Order: sequence, then C-alpha cells, then structure tokens
Amino acid sequence: MVETTIVGAVNMALHRAMEDDPDVVVLGEDIAVNGGVFRATEGLVDRFGADRVRDTPLAETMIGGLCVGMAAQGLKPVAEIQFLGFIWPAMDHIVNHASRLRNRTRGRLSCPMVIRAPMGAGIHAPEHHSESVEAIFAHVPGLRVVIPSSPQHAYGLLLASIRDPDPVLFLEPARLYRAVKQEVEDNGEALPLGRSFVLREGHDLTLVTWGAMVRETMRVADALAGDGISAEVIDIATISPFDADTVLRSVERTGRCVIVHEAARTSGFGAEIAARLADRGLTSLMAPVERVTGPDAIVPLPAMENHYIPTEASIREAALRAVAYQ
Amino acid sequence: MSIVQPINPAMPAAPAAPAADAQHAPVRFEIRYRQYLAPDGSALGALPEAAQREDLLVPIYKAMVLTRLFDAKAVSLQRTGQLGTYPSSLGQEAVTVGLASAMAPEDVLFPTYREHGALHWRGVTMEEMLLYWSGDERGLDWKGPRQDFPPAIPIATQTLHAAGAATAFTVRGEPRVAVSVLGDGATSKGDFYEAMNVAGVWRLPVVFVINNNQWAISVPRGAQTSAETLAQKAIAGGLPAEQVDGNDAIAVHVAVSEAVERARSGGGAGVVEALTYRLSDHTTADDATRYRTEAEVSAMWKRDPVARLRTWIGAQGWWDKDREEELIDGTKKRIDKAIAEAAKVAPQPASSITDFLYRDPSGLDTDRRSGDAGGLADG
Repeated sequence: MVETTIVGAVNMALHRAMEDDPDVVVLGEDIAVNGGVFRATEGLVDRFGADRVRDTPLAETMIGGLCVGMAAQGLKPVAEIQFLGFIWPAMDHIVNHASRLRNRTRGRLSCPMVIRAPMGAGIHAPEHHSESVEAIFAHVPGLRVVIPSSPQHAYGLLLASIRDPDPVLFLEPARLYRAVKQEVEDNGEALPLGRSFVLREGHDLTLVTWGAMVRETMRVADALAGDGISAEVIDIATISPFDADTVLRSVERTGRCVIVHEAARTSGFGAEIAARLADRGLTSLMAPVERVTGPDAIVPLPAMENHYIPTEASIREAALRAVAYQ
Repeated sequence: MSIVQPINPAMPAAPAAPAADAQHAPVRFEIRYRQYLAPDGSALGALPEAAQREDLLVPIYKAMVLTRLFDAKAVSLQRTGQLGTYPSSLGQEAVTVGLASAMAPEDVLFPTYREHGALHWRGVTMEEMLLYWSGDERGLDWKGPRQDFPPAIPIATQTLHAAGAATAFTVRGEPRVAVSVLGDGATSKGDFYEAMNVAGVWRLPVVFVINNNQWAISVPRGAQTSAETLAQKAIAGGLPAEQVDGNDAIAVHVAVSEAVERARSGGGAGVVEALTYRLSDHTTADDATRYRTEAEVSAMWKRDPVARLRTWIGAQGWWDKDREEELIDGTKKRIDKAIAEAAKVAPQPASSITDFLYRDPSGLDTDRRSGDAGGLADG
C-alpha cells in the first residue's frame, strides 16, 4: 500500500500491465526518455526498453493509426495523446477503424488498445490544453470511454482498460493529477468497466458526476450533510457504454437529481443521463433534473478559466433548488 | 531493363557553387523506372529470373484472368440489382495480382477496396467477396488470410495500420512484412506521409505499393500533386522507392518482391509506385465519361496487362489457344458457382447489428441496443 496521486497511480498501473503482459506496448510523444509531459510514463523505458516504450514522431494521426495496426496484430498498445485537445487528427482512426474493426470483420480482427489523454481545465495551460470533450466520444459505438476520478480508480480502471479486448479512451482529469492522494495497493486488481460507483450514499438527492468534478461534488455533499441534507454521489466513471441502472436506482429512492460536468452543456453527456431519467425514471422524479455544467463556450484562456469550471457554489445552489422543489 | 528517369528535369541546374562548398551542395535524387516487357509482350532487354518461371507466371496470369472476369460479372450483377456499389479493377490486374504474388503467406496485406486480385491470390474466396460487396459484413470474416485487413474504404488510413502491424513484427522479432496498397489520390493524404515517416525512422518491415491508376475518381494524377513522380515522396521519409510499369506483371512482381525481402531481412521500408490505368469507372456509381475522353481510355487499352502477359507466356510455349479457352470457360463456371453459393447465404439476424460492437456486448443496456428500431436485443 502506498500513498500516491492519480498520475502516480497511472504510472503504477502501466508498470504493472507491462510487467504482466509482454504484449503491452506504450507509445506517444515524449513518453520514453522524458517520461511524458505529466511524468505518467516515467521509468517505463528504463524498465522495459525502447522496443516496448516508444517515443513516436510528432504526429497524432500516426499514433491512432499505429495503434490500430498493432492491436489487430495482438499487441496491446497504450498510447498517450499529450492533451485531449490534440486528439482530433487521430479521430479518423479511432472512429472509422479502432471502433469498427471488430464489427466489420464479425470478430475476426479487433483493436484491444488504450488511448490515454489528460482532459479538462484548471491547469493554467495554453489554448487547446483544457478541453472536456468526452461526450463526442460517447457517441461512437464500439468505443469505451473511461474517466477515473481518484488514484484508486485510475489504477484499477486503467488496468481494466488495458486488459479489455476492445478500444478504450482513458481520459485523465489533469486538474486532479497531483491534487488528490490516496492509498493504492499495487495488487494487479482491476475495477470493472461499464459500472458507475456510488461514492457516497444518501437519500435526499442524487448528485451524478465524473472526472475532475467529483472533487467539488463531494465537497458539496459534505457541506450539505452539515445542513441536514443527505446527498448520494455517483461517479459515472465509464461514460460509454454507460451504466444507467445505477443512476436510475438511486433516483428511484431520492427522487431528485443534479448532474455535474465540466464540459459544455448542450449535448454534454449530462443530457443523455437526463434523457434516460425522462425515459425510465420519470415517475420517480419529484423535481426537475438539474444540470450544472460549463457554459456552451470555448474553454477560455487561463485568466478566465475559473469562470468556466462549475463552482461548488453553483452545485450547492442547484442541489438546494432540487431539494426545495415541491 | 532499368531506365533511370531523372526527377523533375524542369528544375534549374544546381547553382555554380564551388563543389567543395558542402553547405551549398545540391541534394540530388533519382527514381528508377522498371519495365521488362513492352506493351506488345516482347522483352525490352535483360530479364529477371522470374520471367523464366512458368510456375510463377502461369498462376499469375490465371489470377489476372479470374480478376478480370470476376470484375465484369460483379459489375453486371450490380447493374441488375444483385450487388451493391462495386469498384472494378479493370486494367489493374497486374498490379493487384503482382504485388500479392510477392508476399509470403504469413505477411499481412492492407488493401484498398480495389484489390480483388490480391485478395483472391491471398486466399479470400469469391463467395466471401460477393457477400461483402452485396452488403454483408460476414464477407470480411474470411477463412483464408485471417490476419489480412479488410479493404480500407477511407483513403490512406491503411498505410498507418500497416506501419502498426510492422511495429508489432518488430517488437516480436517476427520475420514478416506488412504490405499496404494505396492509390494515387491517397498519396496526397497526411496518413501516407506520416506512415512513411515512421516507417523510415523506426526501420519498419512495411512496403507501400502505390497503385497509380491515374484517376482519383474524377481528379487526374496531374491535378493531385506537382511532384513529378509519386514514388519520390518516399525520399522525404528516408525510404528507397522506385516506379514500375504497373501493367507489366513481371516488373510488379520483381519490384515488390525485392522491397518485401529487403524489409524482411531488416533493411527497412520501401515504396513501389506502379503506373497503371483504371480502364473502368471509379465504381458502378460513377460515370467516367463526365471527366475523361473515350480516346484516352482506348489508347490505354493498348497497354492491357492481361494481353501483355498472355503474349509472353505464349511465346515461352507455356500457353496456347486451347488452354486459354479452357481457362476462360473454367473460370466463368467457378464464378457462377460462387455467385450461386453466395446467394444461398441466409441474412444475418437483426441482433447482428449490435452483437459485434464489443467482444462482450452484454454490458450494453436495452436503450443502447435497441435505438429506434426496437427490439434488436431480442432479435
């Protein structure tokens, strides 16, 4: 058991996966000698060698395409896209190939690959380094989209993603990389994909979130408890294919739901959750479903990014509105 | 016979800088053009050993004939509503069969959608090809070359998949080669440049064969790039490259074989540009008379690759009129049998739409599986 950060847990899971399975190959820009710009891959090249830990030329389309060919040949590539905002050149390979190869060959070929990328604002980075675009990928059948929110989740979900027989986009909340510490046991145990986690049980309302916003949401739940309001907190964790049942079961009990995400509101993944509640949970609802999200805006440069990221105050206000609704 | 073709003769001569001035020494390169047989099937000069191999050239010829007859039949099936949109490879039989004939069974092919001859050579059956082009994914679950990629429908993406497979061969130390085919239009895409670049710097066992059929749907080769050859694009990636007459099956076979064996023995990647001509429309949904003249097409028929190889093998005494008639007749019967077999295949169940999204699709909830069609999960 060691106390570590999310980035430390990612590093630990990569070491474990490479140790366990000689087919795991890590690749990306600056990931070998430099250990990744966030140091998530530090030490891998020394331990496993340059054949399995590959600094690539600076070309994201190529990273996506290489992964497809490597994975179809039975390797398990784990690629790093340096920031989520730089993933677009690889989209053709993620959407048109990685996610489709199993389906179009009826299972003859498949793409067991992971693309890791840091996501989200709050790290005072230049443009294109702060996006939260998970919903775009949630629209792609054949792809899994996984977002850890803690060191334990980062370790267990990354191991699961690497062992999964299908392509996984693993989005790491950059703002939390070193902000939260937790005891993590390097025991090789994966957490399940496709399942949401109830982080805190409660009966007055359900707060649904994922990724970096888990931190603010948990703080709000703690504060609400001081006001005598018992909030359940669900971390969706796997955005796609997503576990609607955990949310529906919770709302059946609480009758009130607030969805919190950093991404822009319109067509954000919160809209899908709200739609599922409208479809299958309408009779449980005692208040309108609230969404606390980033605005429909381009993520601003760092000077204004605190105006973009949802605040604890706005989550709390929405929670109080939901609870007060008659 | 090899012809050294200087690149871009329009380029101004190197400035009259002192030869000793290394900083100003011009970078020069040249692209070899390889052709063994003249369009009339006669030898142009010294021939490679492959030209004397009956056991190689007769099977190549038979596969080219099958490809041509299969294409013709597939187009007519599409015209009568029995097949979906189909891309004929008419006129390109020497490229597609020639490149496949240069591969070992354990190598991996990354084809475009117009490489029916290569697929056939590699062991994909006509029933499987017909199933796919009639709109059934099961046609890509072929029983022959299990690791070969299905045809890439997006352009040039397969060049990177081939580089990825070659990376896997390198990591595992396997003496295998990935062969990616791409068209002339595909050489304009970034994927191709990125694939050549990484193949060069990682010294990957991959060969890129440019099937330059002169037309990317309606856009001619000359409107695609001002580069004098497509092969020379490889030079920027540090790869050896050459041009071959793509209608000379012997030249294609020998050039690709050399590149494949160089890659297999650790010599790194290579590029072969095969110059051919698409005698057909782009697909059955295309009308090439909108953008090119009949005169151009007729002139290109004089370079017919099938006739050229037939003349050569006939001149060697390996082929004659009787064998030709027997081949045509037998091949047509095989094609008809394949069509009949493919027609017997029952449609997939509706649930097949979601059954193959993930190895374990059970995690998909009912909403996700049903969509608006309803009930697929129960199908």
